[in-house]
Amino acid sequence: MIRFTANGWIEKLYIEPLLSFSYYGFEWVQPMGAYTYMIFLICAVSAIFVSLGYKYRIAIILFFLSFTYIELMDKTTYLNHYYFISILSFLMIFLPAHAYYSIDAFKNENLRSERVPAWTIDSIKFLLCIVYFYAGLAKLNSDWLFRAMPLQIWLPSKYSLPILGDLFQQQWTHFAFSWAGALYDLSIPFLLLIKRTRVLAFLLVVVFHLLTRVLFPIGMFPFIMIVSALIFFDADLHNKILGYISRILRISKETFDNATTYTFPKSWVKKASLSVISLFFAIQLLFPFRYMLYPGELFWTEEGYRFSWRVMLMEKTGYANFKVVNPENGLRFYIDNTQFLTPLQEKQMSTQPDFILEYARYLENHYKENGISNPEIYVESYVALNGRGSQLYVNPDVNLTTVDYSMNRQTWLMPFDDEIKGL
Amino acid sequence: MKKTIFLFLSTLIFLSCTDNGPSGPDVDDFDREAILVNWADNIIIPSFQNFAAETEALKLASEIFSADPTLQNLTDLRSQWLDSYKAWQHVSMFEMGTVMNFRDYLNTYPTNANESSFNSDESKTIQNNIETGDYNLILPSSRNTQGFPALDYLLYGLADNDAELLSFYTTNDHADAYRAYVTDLTTRIDTLTDTVLDNWINGYRDEFVSNTGSGANSSFNMMVNDFIFYYEKHLRAGKIGIPAGATNISSGNPSPIHVEAYYSRNFSKILFMESLDSVQNFFNGSNFKSQQSGESLDDYLDYLKTMKEGTDLSTVINNQFEISREKAAVLNDNFVAQVDNDPFLMLATYDELQRNVVYLKVDMLQALNITPDYFDSDGD
Repeated sequence: MIRFTANGWIEKLYIEPLLSFSYYGFEWVQPMGAYTYMIFLICAVSAIFVSLGYKYRIAIILFFLSFTYIELMDKTTYLNHYYFISILSFLMIFLPAHAYYSIDAFKNENLRSERVPAWTIDSIKFLLCIVYFYAGLAKLNSDWLFRAMPLQIWLPSKYSLPILGDLFQQQWTHFAFSWAGALYDLSIPFLLLIKRTRVLAFLLVVVFHLLTRVLFPIGMFPFIMIVSALIFFDADLHNKILGYISRILRISKETFDNATTYTFPKSWVKKASLSVISLFFAIQLLFPFRYMLYPGELFWTEEGYRFSWRVMLMEKTGYANFKVVNPENGLRFYIDNTQFLTPLQEKQMSTQPDFILEYARYLENHYKENGISNPEIYVESYVALNGRGSQLYVNPDVNLTTVDYSMNRQTWLMPFDDEIKGL
Repeated sequence: MKKTIFLFLSTLIFLSCTDNGPSGPDVDDFDREAILVNWADNIIIPSFQNFAAETEALKLASEIFSADPTLQNLTDLRSQWLDSYKAWQHVSMFEMGTVMNFRDYLNTYPTNANESSFNSDESKTIQNNIETGDYNLILPSSRNTQGFPALDYLLYGLADNDAELLSFYTTNDHADAYRAYVTDLTTRIDTLTDTVLDNWINGYRDEFVSNTGSGANSSFNMMVNDFIFYYEKHLRAGKIGIPAGATNISSGNPSPIHVEAYYSRNFSKILFMESLDSVQNFFNGSNFKSQQSGESLDDYLDYLKTMKEGTDLSTVINNQFEISREKAAVLNDNFVAQVDNDPFLMLATYDELQRNVVYLKVDMLQALNITPDYFDSDGD
């Protein structure tokens, strides 16, 4: 949150843009002008409360709601790790994360417990395993494994790094990184779960994420994942860490070591929590496979691409030139996208069908208000995917105002002129 | 044990892939610094030196004319104006190392000529500036009353014939002010240009060449972004698209007032062709003086061996420049007449220029892995 504010990102991302791209079904979630800052404030304060363990339940619910609201305002800023934080905080609503070493537990003796049921911690581990393993499965495709794409595009441009810079000019490095990355994602959950390999696994986690931090602009994500991976370790390690913190802050850690195990205040709360969590995981396991319901190449149509741990899989570059036609006088003209969209919005819009359609609708309304009673909107768009030459993306003869906005398959896209095999 | 297997497997996989993978970059590192040196020493600085010499001559010609506004001196000044304007087309794309909004001060058109001209703000027209003497060319708000387009108006647009035009500088109530305004404009152009050239030679050149990183603020990335921006906005849209009615600025109607060098009529195509040449020369790294090819984007694309429809991307892009040039060749020298008579022919040129926006912005940027001047947010 501090990073967002300091970089002026709230202003740039949510307040300056003329339109915001909504998620299907969440069109009602819109930036609220200057009040947008309030949401960020709520989010930041609740995050601090959660980490202190003060008024935990309310704080985590507020955090989940405010953080998710921020993400839903504009899908331009969609990132898998924001989604991760959203669902992790949702999961944590149902977990007693404040039972130990928290202000709540300090004040409330009934809540204070040295132990919590194993399933509560296991559920977080399980979520992390899903993230890694699904990210690994997504890499099992012909572009990643046999064309070393998109790393073959990304790595050579990092030529100025010491030592690695030269290695990145060599093709075997691109393949090595691709295969190692896929192996890492698929194996790391098991390496972390098995006690004997855990320390090695954690070292791999640190190396892997620091490397991605150096190579790619991925913000906080590497640090989040490194710290999250600590959850796989036994209580001993966590007790040691808390011991250090206690000494520095002069907190009596012993107050919390009362040898009791957390029990849910009422049995229906426990049952309800467990059922919600089970349902949650069932959805998490199935949702990433929804792309199978759509024909066509997933990377091309992106139907079912989001929310499924597909990270760093594509280098997709696009260019969309919108044409407005006034059927009454036959005049037509092209749109300068920079008049309506921020650079980031334009970038995301030009490679993703749902953005293109939403923008076309915005343009339709804009020109209806500005003198064209029934404007027709066409787009000439080209997309290059993973080093292939640019191809026509949207059917340029389709008047986009006649296309319905829905979750159904998009028949107005041009077919992908190649094949990517794999999951 | 698991570790050993893991390492062994990975090594095996790395080795097995080296022999039979698809073609990719050669082993030896490509030197982006060589491109920066070529751009700076063989293209940018020589182009600015040439332009600075022209603007100096323009200033001199305007002083001669102001001292003695004869038809001969007017003709000389016009001819020097055209030479300078052509030289301008070879530096217009460069923004790095220049002064803020350099391009806008020198070439904002349509110019704000008088109360009847396009978008005119009556208190800030050239005519008003001259008649009141109340103007400050350093202010950003005065951009559309100075530079080459303002001179275009003053040297060609004041009257329908030369005798009448000369009278503005001889017998008009404000004749002194007209003469002073012309020299003020040429002095302004010359001073700004000297500042830029001086900056490039004394310091910025070394800064530019040594900033070899690959980040968004590296010289290479910024220059490529500037290059594409110029091509898209100033060449494609500014010189062809907007006058032909391709953009929402005129809601699809042809708009002759948006033609570059609108008042002199016959030079719009010459200026456009110069600009197209300079863009292609930059892409190929052609030495400004000798036209010999040096390291540039074409070589880098060849190095990355980006294949495109069976041919190299650099060839595809160069071919597309040629196609655009052929399309433009049939246009009237006077784009105002072209737009009035047959805007569709001009739109055909626009379409071919547009095709190269896709090659440059989509294919080339992807191959070079350059992020457009987009927002610096996180990715995942």
